[in-house]
Amino acid sequence: MLEHPDATRRPGHDHGPDGHTHNSVGCQDALAELYLYLDGELTTDRLSSLRAHLEDCSPCFEAFDFEAELRMVVASRCRDTVPEELRQRILQSLRDGACGTADTADA
Amino acid sequence: MADQADFAEQAMPFMAPLYSAALRMTRNPADAEDLVQETYLKAYRGFAGFREGTNLKAWLYRILTNTYINAYRAKQRRPDETELDEGEDLFLFRRLGGLEAAMAGRSAEDELMDFFTDAEVKAAVEALPESFRLAVLLADVEGFAYKEIAEMLDIPIGTVMSRLHRGRKALQKQLYEYASTRGLLPDETSDGVTDGRVGAGARAVSTPSEPEPATAGSPKRADDA
Repeated sequence: MLEHPDATRRPGHDHGPDGHTHNSVGCQDALAELYLYLDGELTTDRLSSLRAHLEDCSPCFEAFDFEAELRMVVASRCRDTVPEELRQRILQSLRDGACGTADTADA
Repeated sequence: MADQADFAEQAMPFMAPLYSAALRMTRNPADAEDLVQETYLKAYRGFAGFREGTNLKAWLYRILTNTYINAYRAKQRRPDETELDEGEDLFLFRRLGGLEAAMAGRSAEDELMDFFTDAEVKAAVEALPESFRLAVLLADVEGFAYKEIAEMLDIPIGTVMSRLHRGRKALQKQLYEYASTRGLLPDETSDGVTDGRVGAGARAVSTPSEPEPATAGSPKRADDA
């Protein structure tokens, strides 16, 4: 279970798990669903409740925003260039495979 | 039913992401090249069984993952889950979340892009124990759904979620340690996260880069959970 993102930095912040009475998602619920949200795995209902909470609660919004940005950084930095020699080798082996005949057994 | 003659045209565009994933899996360029080549050959031979209109990328990754697991997992007899070094939830946010406030006009992503080098991010992913590494790679780098990852790794969806949760925490902790090692962070015991040294130090050692278009704010499968 995730703790409120600001619990350690702004102890006086009053949006505790029970601090919201005007919508159905509290900070604790929101943070528990952070990864489901970023992974695109929330149901439409949960998604709209969560978005309503994020509009109201800037500490939660900041935490979500940070995690989303970190995710993009990780994804974009994990890209490598294919060696041209490998590309040619694979293309050639596919051409060779296309000329062969009895090569479909272990598919 | 797919026609083998169309295979190269359809599958070649996925070579760069497949090669990147293979590098993270094998952590070795020679093995990664072999793995990608074998993946393409298997996919080519099996292409007649691929149903047109289904997800070719997911199908190729499934072959890549299976080939990796069968060929390389046996080589690496290392203890797995017990050695995971996890931080707490929101580990980096709690430590670096104040950076954007320190640099007015720059987004948090610009800060993070500057903060961690390519080599550090790759090394942090590669440092994860295998089962966590595969889950994090398939979800965070490749963007596959839990269900697709569960099928690729042949594990229940709940296991995918728990590996992601723990793997992501360990990844954040590792990234933080790299930044610490480079001396880019203020003393953790002080309240200096937002002081100017952090951003200035990070900028001095990094190169500008193009962030990818934002996608995380608009979840892709809201109706498929």
